[in-house]
Amino acid sequence: MSEVRELYQEIILDHNKKPRNYQVLDDANHKADGHNPLCGDRVTIYVRLNGEKIENIAFQGKGCAISTASASLMTEAVKGKTVEEARQAFERFHDLLTKDTDLLSQLSEMGKLAALAGVRDFPMRVKCATLAWHTLNAALDNEEIPVSTE
Amino acid sequence: MVAFAGVLHERDDVRADYFPVNTIREDFPILRQTVHGKPLVYLDNAATTQKPQAVIDTITQAYTHYYANIHRGVHWLSQQSTDAYENARTTVQRFIHAGDSREIIFVRGATEGINLIAHGFGKKFINEGDEIIISAMEHHSNIVPWQMVCEETGAKLRVVPINDEGEFLFDEYEKLIGSRTKLVAVVQLSNALGTVNPIKKIIEAAHSRDIPVLVDGAQAVPHMPVDVRELDCDFYVFSGHKLYGPSGIGILYGKSKWLESLPPYQGGGDMILSVSFEKTLYNTLPYKFEAGTPNIVGAIGLGAAIDYVSAIGMEEIAYYERELLEYATARALEIPQLRIIGTAKEKSGVLSFILEDIHPHDIGTILDQEGIAIRTGHHCAQPVMDRFDIPATARASFAFYNTHDEIDVLMDGIRKVIDLFK
Ligand SMILES: Cc1ncc(COP(=O)(O)O)c(C=O)c1O
Repeated sequence: MSEVRELYQEIILDHNKKPRNYQVLDDANHKADGHNPLCGDRVTIYVRLNGEKIENIAFQGKGCAISTASASLMTEAVKGKTVEEARQAFERFHDLLTKDTDLLSQLSEMGKLAALAGVRDFPMRVKCATLAWHTLNAALDNEEIPVSTE
Repeated sequence: MVAFAGVLHERDDVRADYFPVNTIREDFPILRQTVHGKPLVYLDNAATTQKPQAVIDTITQAYTHYYANIHRGVHWLSQQSTDAYENARTTVQRFIHAGDSREIIFVRGATEGINLIAHGFGKKFINEGDEIIISAMEHHSNIVPWQMVCEETGAKLRVVPINDEGEFLFDEYEKLIGSRTKLVAVVQLSNALGTVNPIKKIIEAAHSRDIPVLVDGAQAVPHMPVDVRELDCDFYVFSGHKLYGPSGIGILYGKSKWLESLPPYQGGGDMILSVSFEKTLYNTLPYKFEAGTPNIVGAIGLGAAIDYVSAIGMEEIAYYERELLEYATARALEIPQLRIIGTAKEKSGVLSFILEDIHPHDIGTILDQEGIAIRTGHHCAQPVMDRFDIPATARASFAFYNTHDEIDVLMDGIRKVIDLFK
């Protein structure tokens, strides 16, 4: 079970059970729906953008523990950041899950997002962990069409 | 191969001691694998089944000793290859009790079989305002081809609903059959729910109004004896890979009167009698529907798979698997957080379930670490998921090489999942 424990760390189980910023954002001016057809995960990301700044962000949806926790952690990570900073964070996060770069040096910069590093060992689950981020990208581009990780 | 001669029906042991499952397991080399350091527990048989040594050997021998193109050469190898291919057809014919080997068409699988009929039948017999009846538990392969026909012709798709147990609602079906109905297409054994449909009754009701019926037997053929003449179905499809044979080969059975009336599916070599630029004469059955070089060794391998399961006996397999499913169901019910999706009275082979507050995807990943292979997702039956208002299920599906011990391992694994998420 050790690899499984590595994947389902306490912080992930916690964010799955009690997702943060889990609501509809009434004053959102950017929004996008994401869907992973493979497992049926769905997420909606709401963003309140003030100029370049992500003033507020929330999400709703139904998904596996990895996708729910990742969405929850993401909202915490990008709230108050600029659009540019959020996109860079996604890039770093994506590299963390998929590339063989120096993990440790990145972990320190990633804060709580580093809890999802275990997904590296489960390539089939990378899409779960990145669904919310892809959807955030779409919301920031203000694409009103659903994005898909496929 | 296993020689099996047991009087099954007089014994009712809880642990099915009568069935030589351990001997049978030795016929399947892949079952000796370990996965993540644990013995493989393969419970994804509804997706595809593992292959016995007899099938693997037959394929190797074909390529090693007598492979050539069929129906085309006067040379010795081509004759050998053609004989083996045509023998496989006869093996299939006997297995499903078809009256004539001309009624057995080799296709890629159940999906291609359905598409072939949808194409030909749609072109010839379906017009605007006509109706095609399917059920709410169909695999996407028995939905989408008919939607395509409807789109092209302006016909309408009518769907027989299912109840909370996942059972076909026969009364609703009878109400849907009408003067506009041109075809009924239903699954015999649902891959998502395990429901076994009253297929004979369904066919009788359609035939009483002269409506032909296509049966999707992809899941039924591996789990129970099938007699297409007794069922009196007009078309029957299944896939080799779910019957312990190779992938890329499958069967379309059709009554010759129907197959003769349908236009060809694809044009090419083998499906013609003569070709000139003015006129082409189509070949007779079954070749009319087998354009191009087919999956020759796939067909031969399927024949070997049928010989293998026939030696064990389909009655015996059905009986053992029913007992296995009953055991799995009883064990699953001991877990309070578990809800079984699909609780029809007539069921076979499939245990679909969800766990309170735990997504099937997480269940699948954790069980995989225990060496247990199950399927998680919508099982190519999204309308079924919608019917139960769930995004997905976890599905354990059984074959005759599975054991009671493996079911115990599965249940221990499920308890570990629940513990982890506590
Ligand atoms: C009930 C049913 N019908 C049709 C199919 C399609 O079979 P294939 O993909 O082999 O063509 C399947 C396969 O999952 C099935 O379970």
